[in-house]
Amino acid sequence: MTGAAETTSVNPVAPVNPVEGPADTAGLSDSGGGSSRFPGRPIQEIVFPIREQYLSVVQGYRDDGFEMCIDLCGVDYLTHFNRQLPDGVPPERFEVVVNLLSLSTARRVRLRVQLPESDLEAASIFDVYPGVEAMEREAFDMFGIIFAGHPDLTRILMPEDWEGHPLRKDYGVGRVPVQFKGAPGPR
Amino acid sequence: MTDPTSTDPEDGADGADGADTSALPATEREAGAPNDTTIRASAREGESSGHPDTPQSPPISRDEYLKVGPGGEGIGLSAETSEGHQELTRRSTTDPGELRREVGAVLRLPEGVVIDPANIDVEQSDDNTMIINMGPQHPSTHGVLRLMFELDGETVLRTKPVIGYLHTGMEKTAEELTYVQGSTNVTRMDYLSPLHNELVLSLAVEALLGIELPPRADWIRMLMTELNRVSSHLMWMATNGMDLGSTSMMIYGFREREMVLAFFEKTTGLRMNHNFIRPGGTAADLPDGWEDDVTIICDTVLPRTDEYDELLTGQPLFRQRTESIGRLSAEEALALSLTGPILRSTGVPWDLRRSMPYLHYDQVDFDVIVGTYGDNFDRYSVRLNEIRESIRIIRQIVEKMPPGDYRVQDKKVTPPPRARIDESMEALIHHFKVFTEGFKVPEGEVYVAIESPRGELGCYLVSDGSSKPYRMHIRGPSFVNLQALPVMMRGGLLADAVSVCSSVDPVMGEVDR
Repeated sequence: MTGAAETTSVNPVAPVNPVEGPADTAGLSDSGGGSSRFPGRPIQEIVFPIREQYLSVVQGYRDDGFEMCIDLCGVDYLTHFNRQLPDGVPPERFEVVVNLLSLSTARRVRLRVQLPESDLEAASIFDVYPGVEAMEREAFDMFGIIFAGHPDLTRILMPEDWEGHPLRKDYGVGRVPVQFKGAPGPR
Repeated sequence: MTDPTSTDPEDGADGADGADTSALPATEREAGAPNDTTIRASAREGESSGHPDTPQSPPISRDEYLKVGPGGEGIGLSAETSEGHQELTRRSTTDPGELRREVGAVLRLPEGVVIDPANIDVEQSDDNTMIINMGPQHPSTHGVLRLMFELDGETVLRTKPVIGYLHTGMEKTAEELTYVQGSTNVTRMDYLSPLHNELVLSLAVEALLGIELPPRADWIRMLMTELNRVSSHLMWMATNGMDLGSTSMMIYGFREREMVLAFFEKTTGLRMNHNFIRPGGTAADLPDGWEDDVTIICDTVLPRTDEYDELLTGQPLFRQRTESIGRLSAEEALALSLTGPILRSTGVPWDLRRSMPYLHYDQVDFDVIVGTYGDNFDRYSVRLNEIRESIRIIRQIVEKMPPGDYRVQDKKVTPPPRARIDESMEALIHHFKVFTEGFKVPEGEVYVAIESPRGELGCYLVSDGSSKPYRMHIRGPSFVNLQALPVMMRGGLLADAVSVCSSVDPVMGEVDR
């Protein structure tokens, strides 16, 4: 575990990665200066599959020994649209971020799938990693991302009849004034 | 695997009274729960790769079915309806994948991978079974967890955890708070190990900032989080004992936890929700005489773990209620993304402190505790022995604690010392700026994970260059681990459901966030 800078590489496993050519590793590190003190830093790739190839890329990693899907979450880039992405990856409003973990080689890989606002549908990787069941439901609940093929894509944290998806950037943060019991009302 | 030293949990757990289950053959332990055996057998025959079986060829092919005339004679069903001629496919022609989704819509059984979908008995679920609800207000659900059970007599068939009752939108709140305020927010997620939450956020922010901390800050963090692991596991021992009817264990567990919390109060000012570990270091240095306090905690808790052994480990009632209850195979645990003691109890020696070391865990000596059977007893043994290992780590930390600063001397993230504020206007402004505006963090994304008492606690942090996180996602181990409940409970008795739920150790604050 040396302090090697994190690389943004093309997928060495599945030949279906849409990132053409070597991505710029300098501009897209995970953070600032490298340090071996930080977990997850030394060996982590970031891959940008397009939506159509997302499932097959995940399957490729699964076959390559990434036993566990450790995390899946959504990000809404509405007000930070022009973030740094490698060439050939057009930015879209939403991203699905998947962190895979290989226990045998102690490696992590992160997949970032771009999803346009007009068509918020990605394939569910439930059949590859059943552990994403709750995580995909959470991403659906919070961002409205549809995971096609998920066995039970319902709200998980918000009430069933809730309208809207709270972690979207255009979802207002409401404030409820604090009411004390017995406090005199406005005159 | 990075060759962690594995110790048999039963070696230590059995020590006091010499009852040794590891000597028993596996079959004998399984015999305790006859209901369990058949399910597990079929589960284990399924392949481990995480794929559902390819659909079995139905007994009657669709072509054969279509040959049947519309009069209803023959195999298929058909009827004249207001919509015209309708043909119904026989149940036996529904492929297993479809069946699984259909069944899952009511009560979810996510282990389609490990239990053959063709085995799902649809006919049975109509008449003979009953759906009952437990929670969200139930003392043994450890908070506001609601469980829906499908029961056949007293046997649990399917379970659905329903969560969200404690959802307060903390990830949304985090986007409104600066990085300085962030740890106040995350510390309330997993309220039994608040320092781990603070640590993972601080590590993520520091990774984006690219700052290096003085060694003492790291060692203080290790000391505090290891103590927190002890207190969290003690709390688990207490509540697990209570769920199984041992109120003595509850009292003892809380008694020992109180010592740790008293030290936390002395150091951080609060018993819980400390806001002690912050981006850039810690809030304060350790108090004078901390070595003695910590040594007393170690010297007290370690012999007390032997008392727990005497109280629980060898007790026949306790063993019958834990052994071979809620069994889980390593394949199932990996497929369901389980981490922490649950994963280790199935025999997978995965501990981030060992496998992907952070802070200075590569400089301390400890064993990764693994189980064998993945049942409730193994999860108990793993946690009990992890208390001992944590105490071992804490003793080494006390020896190795380096002198120096407890926070980074980077004016960008660190407020000036209190004494400077009285004498310098600039220091006052600086202090004011840090605590109102916060500091700007460079653009980028980072995923950082640490080993919390419940498993992998991750933080995915997105910064847009401002002083507030653009997105902060916490990967709560309890949230993911709850998915194990349907698998662990299937085929078990309803009376064991509480015990199984307890052995997962969910903290609802972290599940719902």
